[in-house]
Amino acid sequence: MKDKLEKIKNDALAAINSADKLETLNETRVNILGKKGELTQVLKGMKDVSPEDRPKIGQLVNDTRAEIERVLEEATVKLERVIREAQMKSEVIDVTLPAKKNAVGHRHPNQITQEEVERIFVGMGYEVVEGPEIETDYYNFEALNIPADHPAKDEQDTFYINDTYLLRTQTSGTQVHVMEQGKLPIRMIAPGRVFRSDEVDATHSPSFHQIEGLVIDKHITFADLKGTLAEFAKELYGEDIRVRFRPHHFNFTEPSAEMDVSCFKCGGSGCRFCKGTGWIEILGCGMVHPNVLRMSGIDPEEYSGFAFGVGLERIALLKYEIDDMRLLYENDERFLKQF
Amino acid sequence: MNTALSWIKAYVPDLDCTPQEYLDALTLSGTKVEYFENLDKNLSKIVVGQIKKIDRHPDADKLVICQVDIGSEVIQIVTGATNVFEGAKVPVVLDGGRVAGGHDGSPLPENGIPIKAGKLRGVDSFGMMCSIEELGSTRDYYPEAPEDGIYIFKDDVTVGDDAIEVLGLHDTVFEYEITSNRVDCYSVLGIAREAAVTFNKKFNMPDNTVKGNTEDVNDYVSVEVIDTDLCSRYCARVVKNIKLGPSPEWMQRRLAASGIRPINNIVDITNYVMEEYGQPMHAFDLDQVEGHKIVVKRAKDGEKFMTLDGQERTLDSEMLMINDAGKAIGIAGIMGGENSKITDDVKTMLFEAATFNGANIRKSAKRLGLRTDASGKFEKGLDPRNAIEAINRACALIEELGCGEVVGGVVDVCAPLKDLNKIEFRPTRINDLLGTDIDADTMLDIFKRLELEYDASTNMITIPSFRQDLEGIADLAEEVCRFYGYDKVPSTLPSGEATTGKISFKSRIEQKAREVAEYCGFSQGMCYSFESPKVFDKLLIDKDDVLRQAITISNPLGEDFSIMRTISLNGMLTSLATNYNRRNKDARLYEMANIYLPKSLPLTENPDERMQFTLGFYGNGDFFTMKGVIEEFFDSIGMKGKLNYDPKAGKPFLHPGRQANIIYEGGVVGFLGEVHPEVLDNYNIGTKAYVAVLDMPTIVPHATFDRKYEGVAKYPAVSRDISMVAPKDILVGDIETVIRQRGGRILESLSLFDVYEGSQIKAGFKSIAYNITFRASDRTLEESDISAAMKKILNGLEGMGIELRQ
Repeated sequence: MKDKLEKIKNDALAAINSADKLETLNETRVNILGKKGELTQVLKGMKDVSPEDRPKIGQLVNDTRAEIERVLEEATVKLERVIREAQMKSEVIDVTLPAKKNAVGHRHPNQITQEEVERIFVGMGYEVVEGPEIETDYYNFEALNIPADHPAKDEQDTFYINDTYLLRTQTSGTQVHVMEQGKLPIRMIAPGRVFRSDEVDATHSPSFHQIEGLVIDKHITFADLKGTLAEFAKELYGEDIRVRFRPHHFNFTEPSAEMDVSCFKCGGSGCRFCKGTGWIEILGCGMVHPNVLRMSGIDPEEYSGFAFGVGLERIALLKYEIDDMRLLYENDERFLKQF
Repeated sequence: MNTALSWIKAYVPDLDCTPQEYLDALTLSGTKVEYFENLDKNLSKIVVGQIKKIDRHPDADKLVICQVDIGSEVIQIVTGATNVFEGAKVPVVLDGGRVAGGHDGSPLPENGIPIKAGKLRGVDSFGMMCSIEELGSTRDYYPEAPEDGIYIFKDDVTVGDDAIEVLGLHDTVFEYEITSNRVDCYSVLGIAREAAVTFNKKFNMPDNTVKGNTEDVNDYVSVEVIDTDLCSRYCARVVKNIKLGPSPEWMQRRLAASGIRPINNIVDITNYVMEEYGQPMHAFDLDQVEGHKIVVKRAKDGEKFMTLDGQERTLDSEMLMINDAGKAIGIAGIMGGENSKITDDVKTMLFEAATFNGANIRKSAKRLGLRTDASGKFEKGLDPRNAIEAINRACALIEELGCGEVVGGVVDVCAPLKDLNKIEFRPTRINDLLGTDIDADTMLDIFKRLELEYDASTNMITIPSFRQDLEGIADLAEEVCRFYGYDKVPSTLPSGEATTGKISFKSRIEQKAREVAEYCGFSQGMCYSFESPKVFDKLLIDKDDVLRQAITISNPLGEDFSIMRTISLNGMLTSLATNYNRRNKDARLYEMANIYLPKSLPLTENPDERMQFTLGFYGNGDFFTMKGVIEEFFDSIGMKGKLNYDPKAGKPFLHPGRQANIIYEGGVVGFLGEVHPEVLDNYNIGTKAYVAVLDMPTIVPHATFDRKYEGVAKYPAVSRDISMVAPKDILVGDIETVIRQRGGRILESLSLFDVYEGSQIKAGFKSIAYNITFRASDRTLEESDISAAMKKILNGLEGMGIELRQ
């Protein structure tokens, strides 16, 4: 009996050690330990063993079984590892092969810029509003302190529909619509399309975009305008940017200013990009003219405010170093996909 | 506006700064200097020389050898110029010097062309004699220079002197950008005044005292202004015994620097004073003025008039004319007449300085297509008080330069002058507006320098007439701020009530549309809002289609930009064509922009501006690709309601068998389809293209960002396949409607997995196969539930004339 068990064990270990497939190991397990396996058969023969020898033999069978199971388990783990390693080796890929990209579309540089400006001002508590693109003379000019026959009307090269209606030349008219609603204080920006009769060339387009801003409250000062727009410039161009304000003239603001930022190409030392001045003109702004407040039903002695207008294309062209404005309206995918 | 620094310094003699300092300071005080140019930037080592002797060149017929005295020595110069002569005083650039132009017209290197001693055909030459072009100017500005050859100085110059100095080229010209409110700064005096205040220097007005002879101008001329609404002041003076000749060099140089060509003393004085005072003037030959009478009145409609440039102009009854006793002699403020212009024979001259209505001049000039330097000044609206000052200045110059004898007195027909504006001085209010703490004395000092007078007894500031832009306290605040320094105002953030940043729901939905389009591979385009009326033909739109009712621009850039678009497809197809013609393999574009639908024509109320979400592509994909984008978009904005596609969209620009209206909850919200081949031809697109247009104002009310969690199914689903043969004209959409209706609440989803038409199927029919999934949220479905539902579905389909295949 003992010899039989020894033989079973040795045969099993030999079979296990020579196995190179998981299937072979499994076969060995079934052949020896399975229901009809050799060791199971031995157990079944226990009834022929004398009762006093039974515990001893039983112990021997169990030891043999445990030993075979242990070796079998070890062999399985080892073999599995070998197989996995072989598999990994066979699955090596060339990681420098081209990527499989989803053909995602791209947003227009104007739109990206607009959203950037909106993000900054919404963060400062401004509401984004829209106004009509076909506007009346009143909202586009008169309510902005540009009366009939004023030469400023000529400067803006307006497209007219008739005596009353025109294509807005500026988003400033939206200010008036908002002020007329009479809800104070106001903090708003109004992005949108505007039109001026400029022939198409590298720096002009008869249709472009502006973002108008307006703040009206008690005790709003020119210093607030400077602080707000400096903050805006820093958000847009980075902490290192410097701003300067130059006196200018707009009919609907007084005092008025233009804001320059230090050239983001040369940092202000002067280069071709900034025409050697170190500064780049970014926007027009000013304190809302008392006449404008009055016309919209706001008492200029009680309330004051500031307004500003940003040319979206100007910001976008500078930001992305686009040298020809026509590219913005051609919609060539090779252009659009760069943003 | 261009002005030489030397001219500014004539009134601000203490001005002492570099051109760059001047540019920076004036720009920051509100007179923006665009750029400056040093006239001598390309010139160096150029002296006055005198030719002592000229010999023939031994080996070249076209060259001569000159011995030139340059003061310190006599040098030899070989030249090919033909206008040189012994004794001539000429500009000579010495060895190592530089000039501003060559003979061959090649581009100028930075800092000019270096000149070196060398040999010309074997003969030493130690410098070069210069033409006016080589000195960086032209005969326009130095009319005495010869047409081709060396510039010859007048005899009174000193040999050895700096020739650049003698020519007045050690000067700097500044170009200013003047804002439209500062009418006074369209003059040298206005800018000089700003410069004086900016640098805190003394400002001197020029002397305009006229001696005049003992005669009375009223014996020479009378003036009658009939249309006083268009002419608030008309000043006239008379000059007799005119001696025409060139004006002095200093005047010529200053005019040249401003871009005005010197002509003769009378014309130059007129131009000089126009630049200096900003007041245009006109000179008539008094002997041609019939009746020695000036009448200012409107023209007659259709009247013809020959202006002094020899052109015949047609007038209308809103144009103001200067007439004599019998005829028109000038268009007021725009251009004089051929019949009264100054000729070389002029003996007695009538000087006019008037104030015309700016808006009227602007409109007249526009209608005539004749914008002159004078009309450009008048149209800004001039100060009537300036007219008399300017005419006196011109006559003072005539006396000073000895060009004629000024007759005593002025004819001055003047409407009552407006009182000078007064503004209350409120320093606290100014500081409140600026956010500053500037003391009242500092403010008053700025006002004083600006010639704004303060009366302490009334606390009022009197505004001089040349500052018509100053109307109220906000304007005074700007004046204070300009000279206090914009840069010194602190930077703060608005205090007061906090507000919430907001983006409208409409904008958020548009934002979502952009995102979905981009996920689906579409890039954003932007198109013009105006286009050609021909696009309707290109899009095969019916002659009487309402889309042709477009808003027309009355002054468009051209027919191609003349109507406001009523449909967004032209922009999209044009953009696709651009991509196609540039051989981009495929293109997917979208646009989010308005169309403009008039409620009435001609326009009497604001039109309907409708935001259109337009998609278009060619290349990879088909009708159903586009349909997929639309459904992705609807999913993303919570539009889970009933969506149908009606093939009877009736769009002429789309393939008749491949188009559909998009119907959401029973209403049309847009359309999609394959572009009609004829339209593709019209746009030169050589491949199939697909478009979709979604009308955002219709869609936004259906959209929502609300979502409710519906649970993940706990009970198993059961699915069944059905296969059928249906008449070809039955729409899959209709079959699906029946399946959904009949399947009841337990029908979870259905998916089409096969559509086939062909040889296996009888003609006029198609085979369709669906996989239908049933599930209940509260129990495991029994076989009996499924078979009951399937039976209802099958009955329904049979009712449509569909055969089921088992």
